[in-house]
Amino acid sequence: MDQNITLYVDGNRRPVTVDTRTTLLDALRDRLDVTSPKKGCDHGQCGACTVLLNGRRVTSCLVLAVAYDGADVTTAAGLGSDDELHPVQQAFLDRDGFQCGYCTPGQICSAVGMMEEAERGSPSHVSANLNDPVELTDEEIRERMSGNLCRCGAYVNIVAAIRQAADPEAEQIRQARAERQRNEPVLREDDAPTSYQVSVSGEEGR
Amino acid sequence: MIPFDYQRADDADSAVATVTGHPQAQFLGGGTNLVDHMKLGVADPELLVDISRLPLDEVTELDDGGLRIGATVRNSDLAAHPLIRRRYPVLAEALLAGASGQLRNMATTGGNLLQRTRCVYFQDVTMACNKREPGSGCAALEGYTRYHAILGASDGCVAVHPSDMAVAMAALDATVVVLGAAGERRIPLAEFHRLPGSEPQRDTVLEHGELITAVDLPASTPRRQAYRKVRDRASYAFALVSVAAVVKVDAAEGEPCITDARIALGGVAHKPWRASRAEETLSGAAPSVESFRRAAEAELEQADPLGDNGFKIPMVRNTMVAVLADLTGVEPEAVA
Repeated sequence: MDQNITLYVDGNRRPVTVDTRTTLLDALRDRLDVTSPKKGCDHGQCGACTVLLNGRRVTSCLVLAVAYDGADVTTAAGLGSDDELHPVQQAFLDRDGFQCGYCTPGQICSAVGMMEEAERGSPSHVSANLNDPVELTDEEIRERMSGNLCRCGAYVNIVAAIRQAADPEAEQIRQARAERQRNEPVLREDDAPTSYQVSVSGEEGR
Repeated sequence: MIPFDYQRADDADSAVATVTGHPQAQFLGGGTNLVDHMKLGVADPELLVDISRLPLDEVTELDDGGLRIGATVRNSDLAAHPLIRRRYPVLAEALLAGASGQLRNMATTGGNLLQRTRCVYFQDVTMACNKREPGSGCAALEGYTRYHAILGASDGCVAVHPSDMAVAMAALDATVVVLGAAGERRIPLAEFHRLPGSEPQRDTVLEHGELITAVDLPASTPRRQAYRKVRDRASYAFALVSVAAVVKVDAAEGEPCITDARIALGGVAHKPWRASRAEETLSGAAPSVESFRRAAEAELEQADPLGDNGFKIPMVRNTMVAVLADLTGVEPEAVA
């Protein structure tokens, strides 16, 4: 049961004829060759297909394309250009926020949508007060990004990347401090003169 | 997925008329549950009537001081709405405890109430399920029952209702506004969902073709409100158990005393479970861990656990005690 619809994908007008059963994800990937959003679970659980639909992050595998005739769709590929990456894209590169990369376009779209929600003051499950402005702590980032799974387990660097994108200056200071700590001399086991007991005496030396 | 026709509704009346006149038609809201069920073969509508663009997406103040939530208000927008955050924090907390950021951006208020159980046997079309296929039996009874009901179940169905939002609305004495072919009717939220009995295929009291247009919240709700959810992961998981509580404490006569307690439980029954026995026990009681525990135990006397979910009884008791202690400023001593 075909219907003609028009989507505006990453700024381009894309008329397309779809069967009513076609999800937005399948319309993008299979009909329009927009392969940035990925199919993971196809049940809205993994977040790999996340796009910005009329500016809000959604899982495109649970959206019927016919229901969004005329909609604006932004994928990770449409967020920046080759010459100038979106700050969230640049942060994922700087902080090594991925391994295999399959979940990355969804992570990036989700992060962009999430940061906008935080900017508007939308609280989360871990917000101490529903009415306070949102500060994107690690705990807040983790909670707000819980709809995006990463099977490689790159979560630590994904959080760092989003931290950087949300507050570049604070993250720069944090990284510089971590770098200094890494360069401080550390007493290693093989430096210990006689006994292991000396070198494993506590956390302070690390 | 079987082929289906798609129509975008022009107005609520024509949407109701269309679905009423077609036995295999369904309303489409955010689609987060329905589209998934169509992929799984759990639902196979021949016609979808899309009501997501109807002008039902506002939160408005009622003349009596209450609040009307339009049926297509998205879960994320409802949780972030200033009036919900200020006057009905238990509802904001419940919404934020559910699903993921993406799903909350899609899911509607009406759709949240109508989402179906996440019982794995219901969602697997190769298994026997009286809810999906009446008379076929219940695979859960012989299966893994960690996530199933401890209250109000029947021989034919032990599924639980998955919503967080609805549990908070039950504690808030919300009313569901429904439009049918014969006109509008109002259903108290606590009576909107059913216990399974001999008809587990019916989740709610709605008739085919009836459309939720709004949920009304009453004025003058006590401000001590909280929602607590216990689950297998820190985020993005359905409740093992949850507790929504709205409490009023009066200290005018000297000793503080509970004058109003409304408690609803999630993850334990086929519907959001209003803990009326616990409420009766608490009425007039002095806030203390002991009185909270007595209230929880009064409610849980009627619990009937299955093979794998006996843990839910102490979990409900401890969660209820913790929430009530938190709301009334009672020192939450170690709970056995």
